[in-house]
Amino acid sequence: MSNVKALTGGEAVAEAMRQINPDVVAAYPITPQTIIMQKFADFHADGLVDSELVRVESEHSAMSCCVGASAGGARTITATASAGLALMWEILGVASGLRLPIVMAVANRALSAPINIHCDHSDAMGARDSGWIMLFSEGGQEAYENMMLAVRLAERKDVLLPVMVNLDGFITSHGVENITVYDDDKIKGFVGEISANKPLLDIKNPVTYGPLQLQDYYFETRSQQIPAMENAKKAYLEIGKELSSITGKEYGFVEKYQTEDAKAIIVAMNSTAGTTKAVVDKLREKGKKVGLLKIRMFRPFPYSEVMEALQNTKAVAVLDRALSFGANAPLFGEIKNSLYELKKRPALFSCVYGLGGKNIYESDVEEVFKKLSKKELGLINYIGLRE
Amino acid sequence: MNVKELALKLEKNKKLIAGHRSCSGCGFPQIVRAILASTDKPIVASCATGCLEVTTTIYPFSSWDIPFIHSAFENSASTISGVESAFRALKKKGKITEDVKFVAFGGDGGTYDIGLQSLSGALERGHDFLYVCYDNEAYMNTGIQRSSATPLGASTTTAPAGKVHKGKEEFRKDFAKVCVAHNIPYVAQASVSNLIDLTAKAEKAFSIKGPKVLLVLQPCTLGWRYPSDKTIEIAKLAVESKFWPLYEVENGKYKLTYKPSKEVPVIEFIKTQGRFKHLLKPENKMIVDKIQENVNSEWEKLVKLSV
Repeated sequence: MSNVKALTGGEAVAEAMRQINPDVVAAYPITPQTIIMQKFADFHADGLVDSELVRVESEHSAMSCCVGASAGGARTITATASAGLALMWEILGVASGLRLPIVMAVANRALSAPINIHCDHSDAMGARDSGWIMLFSEGGQEAYENMMLAVRLAERKDVLLPVMVNLDGFITSHGVENITVYDDDKIKGFVGEISANKPLLDIKNPVTYGPLQLQDYYFETRSQQIPAMENAKKAYLEIGKELSSITGKEYGFVEKYQTEDAKAIIVAMNSTAGTTKAVVDKLREKGKKVGLLKIRMFRPFPYSEVMEALQNTKAVAVLDRALSFGANAPLFGEIKNSLYELKKRPALFSCVYGLGGKNIYESDVEEVFKKLSKKELGLINYIGLRE
Repeated sequence: MNVKELALKLEKNKKLIAGHRSCSGCGFPQIVRAILASTDKPIVASCATGCLEVTTTIYPFSSWDIPFIHSAFENSASTISGVESAFRALKKKGKITEDVKFVAFGGDGGTYDIGLQSLSGALERGHDFLYVCYDNEAYMNTGIQRSSATPLGASTTTAPAGKVHKGKEEFRKDFAKVCVAHNIPYVAQASVSNLIDLTAKAEKAFSIKGPKVLLVLQPCTLGWRYPSDKTIEIAKLAVESKFWPLYEVENGKYKLTYKPSKEVPVIEFIKTQGRFKHLLKPENKMIVDKIQENVNSEWEKLVKLSV
């Protein structure tokens, strides 16, 4: 029986981890701290999971330990945020390059300097080319469900890539919502048991992980991640369908919210998608044809699905909670790429907002829609930024 | 164990097989073979980036006839702690039934410097593994750069002997003491020149549960600059001159496992190597004296601790 609980997003992720009951969880609690590991440690202390919980001395070691555990054949999960993800950066590429199905929750937060512990997507965007599948979550419920989806997706034999489940730091990770927690047995049945690919701990069949590959092989090996990423799209839809039978929800690469006849569409990720939905509802009541395109999967990026969703609209504003100094903001760049093949493209605007946790209010989103409808936005806009 | 028994044992247990591309005269193949032959149990190895890893795993070949993982430079210890945790998890679930030993290898750079935090964490957490540092006293794989294991006076590419600066200006880090301070059950220093001592230490280490550290001196023909047939001779001089004492610390108790029978001044060790060539000039004698004084005082401390 499913059960509605008042949980923070971090606790919801921990709840998913309890139900998944991974073999190994290696994590460092700080830089900055999230509730995920504390809550999971409670489950561990009370014997509700039988995972090996490795309290490492840094995020670099957290990811290194996950690499060792996953290579060993264990189902492996970790969680981090901000500077912690940045510290892991070197090993993120090792995890994907060794094709290890590690799952990691990331409570998205700003990077230093100046030091700041609040929400933005700079951490995840800094890791976007590290070869990880990246899912984003509107709220705690999606983060919870993405965790189980991620485990299956990572371990699919035609994928074998690590998966990052992103949720907004503080806004989602520390905000309490009503979370529907599905029946333990159903989730257990859905995630099943890991069937590891050539595990290191298959003692009778020794394998060498992480050899030296020079000019003659490196490119060939690295390029095998390209079809794996491609396969991840099909796998995601198939696994999402299976998860639907438990949750009744749909798991698309994107969520189209009132986009069908919309003249103006905002593209957003994570919790701002929720804020935008509220504004869309309000403006629709007033007869305004506006909509939201929420990006759920950022890597692999769903270019054709985005193009399909935006092809009939007049104007699009892309909300980015991260910067790429000297270049297009990360999500904006991808949306622009998605539209290239259209003969008739909508007007496209970049809106950067909310760095370091600066609030974005419904009134801000409403303002974007208002200007967007009149195409009064600049090409690049900074929402809420004081002069 | 005598030399003949050791030779038979190493011949029977070649888990690092031929075909690797380490330099002629390199000491680590013997070290690794001796370590891997020191347990009858299945063994899984991790290795830091460095000479050992790059010369033994050139794709599509591997010299490792055991499960082997290399992840990065600074994380051999945290990587093996993950494998060992996976082992415990899978054993608990009955997915693995056999007893398995775990060993992590790293050079001195990957151990004393960039890998120190990861090793310290793994030791403190009490994982059941043996960490082996093959210590050639500099970053040899990348072109002989100074590490915190480089001895005073040695010329390296990043602390070369010049007109003003005469090579490394600091003493090497006493890493065994760093490990001992973690209160782990076993820490030892060994040398490639005494494989019977090395094997005895590795066997003892594998028989103890928990984290163990073995620091093995391994002269490097390129970095120390000497003819490739002199590796064992030079390693022996390091031991005989007390520059690299052989000892172990079991549960905090120090024990010298070899006491040189006659006095060999450290200059005898120094003069065999190109990295110390400048120290032979009369104006640099004070550096040699400083090294000798340090060797003497460290040895005295060790003797006192070993009572």
